[in-house]
Amino acid sequence: MRTDTADLERPASAPAFQQLGLGRKIKNHTATVLFGLAFVIAVVPLLWVLFTLVQRGLAPMLNAEWWNHSFYGLLPNDSGGGVYHALVGTLEQTLVCALIAVPLGVTVGIFLIEYGRNSKLARTTTFMVDILSGLPSIVAGLFIYALWITTFGFDRSGFAVSLSLVLLMLPVVVRVTETMLTIVPDELREASYALGVPKWKTILKVVLPTSFSGIITGIILGLARVMGETAPLLILVGYSRAINYNLFEGPMASLPLTVYTARKTSTEAGEYRMWGAALTLVLLIMLINLLATLLSKLFAVKTR
Amino acid sequence: MTESTNSEWRSAPPGEAVTSPGDTGNTLVGSSEEAASPEHPTPPEQSGGRKKVIRLGDRLFQSVATGSGIFVVAIIASIGLFLLVRAIPALQANEANFLLSGQWRTGDPEDMAFGIVDLAWITVASSLVALIIAMPVAGGIALFLTQYAPRVLAKPFAYVVDLLAAVPSVIYGLWGALVLAPVLKPVALWINGTLGWIPIFADGNVPANSGSNVFTAGIVLAVMILPIITGVAREVFSRTPSAQIEGALALGATKWEVVRTTVWPFGRSGFVGGAMLGLGRALGETVALTVILSYTFEGPHYSIFDAGATFASRIALGSAEFNNHLTVGAYIAAGLVLFISTFAVNALARWIESGSGKGKK
Repeated sequence: MRTDTADLERPASAPAFQQLGLGRKIKNHTATVLFGLAFVIAVVPLLWVLFTLVQRGLAPMLNAEWWNHSFYGLLPNDSGGGVYHALVGTLEQTLVCALIAVPLGVTVGIFLIEYGRNSKLARTTTFMVDILSGLPSIVAGLFIYALWITTFGFDRSGFAVSLSLVLLMLPVVVRVTETMLTIVPDELREASYALGVPKWKTILKVVLPTSFSGIITGIILGLARVMGETAPLLILVGYSRAINYNLFEGPMASLPLTVYTARKTSTEAGEYRMWGAALTLVLLIMLINLLATLLSKLFAVKTR
Repeated sequence: MTESTNSEWRSAPPGEAVTSPGDTGNTLVGSSEEAASPEHPTPPEQSGGRKKVIRLGDRLFQSVATGSGIFVVAIIASIGLFLLVRAIPALQANEANFLLSGQWRTGDPEDMAFGIVDLAWITVASSLVALIIAMPVAGGIALFLTQYAPRVLAKPFAYVVDLLAAVPSVIYGLWGALVLAPVLKPVALWINGTLGWIPIFADGNVPANSGSNVFTAGIVLAVMILPIITGVAREVFSRTPSAQIEGALALGATKWEVVRTTVWPFGRSGFVGGAMLGLGRALGETVALTVILSYTFEGPHYSIFDAGATFASRIALGSAEFNNHLTVGAYIAAGLVLFISTFAVNALARWIESGSGKGKK
């Protein structure tokens, strides 16, 4: 009788789970580390920029004069002064920009989702909005220059800046409106139609309020984006060290323009103004981002 | 249920009574039509007989909405048109070859000579440096955020990357010129010294240690376009069908192998589309480059240590001499070239992106 114990003790089939080979293990771990590292690489410049800004720009901001004075009458070496003039300019220009861009953008969004679905015009419009969102800000500035200043004969002014910012903000508003309107469930629209409510009233009273919080968040984020634009300002408005409330006349300062202009003053006071204005600008943008988050929470539709 | 509806209609012709139990799905519709035929008119007939009512508000609202759509299309068309119309007189007054000349003399409208060759080189070189650096990093971040990072952290992490896009470009310019450039100086000198025999790393038209060259500009641009590429890549990678991922896992693939065999092939074209969007942004970036690049009258040496001006920064630098139509026209001509190239790059990006993932389906 032949008994082959080795044969009997051997499992009938190979084990289901085998250890990974060393090569595969190493590759897997390397990939994990590299992908994680890529994220760290992205965070480094962000923290670095913010650190630089706070380190160099905090000193001027702690002075009360910074918030309620302009740079009017200051010589390159004079310290002191503030960015009130630039704050006025930035807020006026972006607000007027929003007043034009928001109604227009929301209407375009409504057209794309509620009326034009898959029509040829809607597809063309979507494509053009895409192109608009890739439009270099300097080209937006040049276009407004060619239209508003060369062709219509107006002077360079803060309002021209607002017009060019509209071009940059419009795609953001359209995109956000589009996304938010698609999210609104069709049941809501159908329920409204079933009650005999006309389509336009359904859009105004049902669809828009439902997507309101999302749209307002997007609008404010778009505002934060155009607020930091500098390129069109260089072409379309002169810099003024004095306070100018008039959007339609004369040079007008704004925060990005102040940063850019102060860079040319290579004195200690010039650096002080430059970094101070830069930090003020970033703080303003952060504040607006925060506001967007708060508003979206506040206006969020209560869904039981 | 089917039988109960049919039982009421036993008197109906036998042919229909036989067919209706056969297709149970259509029975209800069929029987209701039959029921309505003699006495009550069916709803479809009713609506067919009455004219569709369009309320005034609806008509108004629709035309406003459609008009705004047309307006957007008109804006883009008029951008091209206005730039072209304003550029032509200046191009006619140009004494140099617009496409082949490297000089830029526009101050005197009587004697203008300008060409875009040097501008094109600096623009393309800095954008390509940016793209070469940003593409792998953005791809890595997107894979990390969609496949590796814990679900709880993925969203805040993505927000942090998006914050990079919130920093204004003028601030990137300051940071690049005053903070980053000095730090990069030894790196630039090392590359220039060790790899200087390769033409692209040879001496540029400014000393390599000046820092205000295409190399620094490219790195700052890379940081600026990082959130754009990452955003698009993140979205396409996260759309990878989970059945594919699970299938790969079930076959015993490691995480890396899953990424290599399912996520990456699925999202590759979307990722490339995102990179093109980033390229479009880099080509048109203005103020950061105006601040970083030092302007020089010497022609480029076709090295990444060149300085000079891009299309956009040339326009920004020239804004001070915008005092007559012809001079402005010269800058508008440069802007038109920039507009056409970003239009082409963006259109290509959208085209690539829209094709992404379709073949896999």
